Amino acid sequence: MTDILIKNLPILVVLCPLMMSLIVVLIPNIFFSWLLTFASTFVAFIFSILLYQEVQIHSTISYALGNWAPPLGIEYVIDKVSIFPIIIITLIGFLTTIFSSKMMPDEINETSISKVYSLWLLAIAGLIGLVTTGDAFNLFVFLEISSLASVALVAMGAQKDKQALVAAYNYLIIGAVGATLYVIGVGLLYGITGTLNMADLSERVVDLKNNKALIAGFGFMIVGIMVKAAVFPMHIWLPRAYAYAPSAVSVLLAATATKASLYILARILFSVFDIADNLIINTLSYIILPLSIIAMFAGTIMAVYEKDIKRLLAHSSVAQIGYITLAFAIGTKASVAAGFIHMFNHALIKGALFMAITSISFYIQKRVTLSNLSGLGRAMPITFFCFVICSLSLAGLPLTAGFISKLYLIKASIGADGLWIAILILFSSALSVIYLWKMIEALWLQQPRKEIIIKENPTIYISLLIITFLNIYFGLDASFVVDSSIEAAEKLVGVSK
Amino acid sequence: MISSTIGIWNYWIVFLLMMIGLFLVIGRKNFLKKIVGLTIFQTSVFLLYITFGKIKGGTPPILNNAIDTVYSNPLPHVLILTAIVVGVATTALGLSLVLRINSEYGSIEEDEISAQDLVDYHDQIETSKKIDTKFIQ
Repeated sequence: MTDILIKNLPILVVLCPLMMSLIVVLIPNIFFSWLLTFASTFVAFIFSILLYQEVQIHSTISYALGNWAPPLGIEYVIDKVSIFPIIIITLIGFLTTIFSSKMMPDEINETSISKVYSLWLLAIAGLIGLVTTGDAFNLFVFLEISSLASVALVAMGAQKDKQALVAAYNYLIIGAVGATLYVIGVGLLYGITGTLNMADLSERVVDLKNNKALIAGFGFMIVGIMVKAAVFPMHIWLPRAYAYAPSAVSVLLAATATKASLYILARILFSVFDIADNLIINTLSYIILPLSIIAMFAGTIMAVYEKDIKRLLAHSSVAQIGYITLAFAIGTKASVAAGFIHMFNHALIKGALFMAITSISFYIQKRVTLSNLSGLGRAMPITFFCFVICSLSLAGLPLTAGFISKLYLIKASIGADGLWIAILILFSSALSVIYLWKMIEALWLQQPRKEIIIKENPTIYISLLIITFLNIYFGLDASFVVDSSIEAAEKLVGVSK
Repeated sequence: MISSTIGIWNYWIVFLLMMIGLFLVIGRKNFLKKIVGLTIFQTSVFLLYITFGKIKGGTPPILNNAIDTVYSNPLPHVLILTAIVVGVATTALGLSLVLRINSEYGSIEEDEISAQDLVDYHDQIETSKKIDTKFIQ
């Protein structure tokens, strides 16, 4: 029995939320639809932990879908690289589902809640599938499952603010163009290699150096994925989509959606193509490196001038994605590891910050702007405490998770003779302190405009506390994140073909 | 030269449709026209895949006993069947969003909508400065 379970884990971790989403849509009761969502995300999280243990033993698990042997059939691959984003997605999915139990009924009317939970599960299933699959075209299908579900989720924010509709529309159009560009790339590669399996593809592209169709296909794939990952000039959809989505959806998307695409970017750059290839070296150093440095500063400066807090956090996400792609662009083993560390830590940090801000907006029943925040820190100490810890973590102060990722990022960039990159990273982290301090100052130092009494609800702050605890824990003992990131980086760039 | 240019006329058509579609998505301010552009863009990609799968003199991939049979590749067709489904879902979601936008804003022109949004955004910032907020306990 357990043998069968273990053997089928790679597909079960995708199917569990996917199948449950079909059941949840039929349940009219709010509590039961939440309970089923909670149960299936929890089970998916348990499955991913089991998978992590399996990967420690076998290092690579290949699952032939429908028993059609790869490279002809669709293959699901779980190795030391892909287990990492799976854990991020299932963990955050599980925590945000707890968080959503109070937030959803507040923002979405009763009749549509079960449908929203169904979309919620579809988005999570799409993201897990995106990471699990080893087939380039299957990846496109999961990409679209997750992004169509997230578009519909963002549009649900229209019950509070009609701008959510335009945000969702832009997300849909830009996302669909990105996915179609990716399909063109896959088509060109399929045309010259005759395979869709990523492992098989990586063997066949070696003989095709300087083939023009290969270069074009690579370009289309990378640009398509960069649109989905919101790398700098293609990030236009992100701030609005995150800012006007319903609270719980903002948390889920901010913490997981771009991470999966960033993982795909790393996988195409380093695993399908070869790091030693001139094509990849040029792409990394002349395209991705400058774009990520611009992203770091543009995102931070936009955040400094922003007054709406959810938008502010979304702009800061653009900057943080810049750090991750910067780490990939340096292209050494240490820097790719640093990219993965920051991917994990940023999911924790941004998830927590969005949770704190959206729970404030739950209590004051308004959009949170800088002037709305004044004095609220005293009225809601637990939320404020978590917010401060995670802000410090975002700025990269010692003893928090953010410090670990900044440390490894700077170490890696100095190790690759990029002292100026290290200085730029430090400078942009210093800039990020400006907008974090503005929020903390408003929350704690300004006088409240009138006497406020808020009773904080434990179902809301429990997941905030857990995620803040994780922020501190991974700042004190980062061995899990660091070790598995280094293993992932070794798998991606260590073995040169 | 000429024969090789005309010989790949399928690709020319794909290329033309792709550019028309992309131009409509980027250049038009009307939300409905953007969706039309997106659909044309996606359809051009479908044609690209189908062109890959075509072999001169190829038969449908049904096993027969003749030795010199050339089979067309069925895989691109199957992939495009999936991509068509995705495309339909995207179009449907986009159209339903356009409907909702029209009923909320009374317009589907990007300029008018972003003007309305800008006014709303600044109103929100201003009102949050003035009026005391009502809190629930």
